Amino acid sequence: MQSHFFLMALFAFFVSLVFALIAKDDLREQLRFGGLMFAGFLVSAIVLGWLMYPLPL
Amino acid sequence: MRATAAEQTQTGGLVLLCLASWAIPGAGHLWLGRRSKGLIFLLALPLMFGIGLAIHGRLFPFDLTEPLVALAAVADLGVGLPYFIGSAMGFGAGDVRAVTYEYGNAFLIVAGLLNLLVVIDAYDVALGRK
Repeated sequence: MQSHFFLMALFAFFVSLVFALIAKDDLREQLRFGGLMFAGFLVSAIVLGWLMYPLPL
Repeated sequence: MRATAAEQTQTGGLVLLCLASWAIPGAGHLWLGRRSKGLIFLLALPLMFGIGLAIHGRLFPFDLTEPLVALAAVADLGVGLPYFIGSAMGFGAGDVRAVTYEYGNAFLIVAGLLNLLVVIDAYDVALGRK
């Protein structure tokens, strides 16, 4: 379990799950909210990763 | 103004509810009859905490000379009983050389903080705000 992408996706899944359950009561709204949040995590991580690519370490 | 006996009982019940919700993730929702949410919290938060321990995250000590470490310790403690079980079993030493060390810390800290949000949600449900 050393893949950064897998761990990031797993982290995003748990956070999205809990936030969706806290923020919404209806199942359809939970799925929509959680799905959007999960996708937002993944997309922003990939975009930020590419933006930081040229930066030296 | 003094609180009536009913208000005091209600306050005592709320404190107990919040304590139970903190100690066992999802217990507050189960107590209030929100079974599906409670069961998901009960599974997801300890699992997230366990994954954090498994990938070499560290349970931070309460070191007040290092404010960020102390804050991380408070966040770790937020998950309730799994924190004490993990500590008692000798997990959470952390391995800074592990590739997954920082991810482990993020899992542990965020599991605790999410459980604190769940406690606040249970409190709101108990007060009829949700």
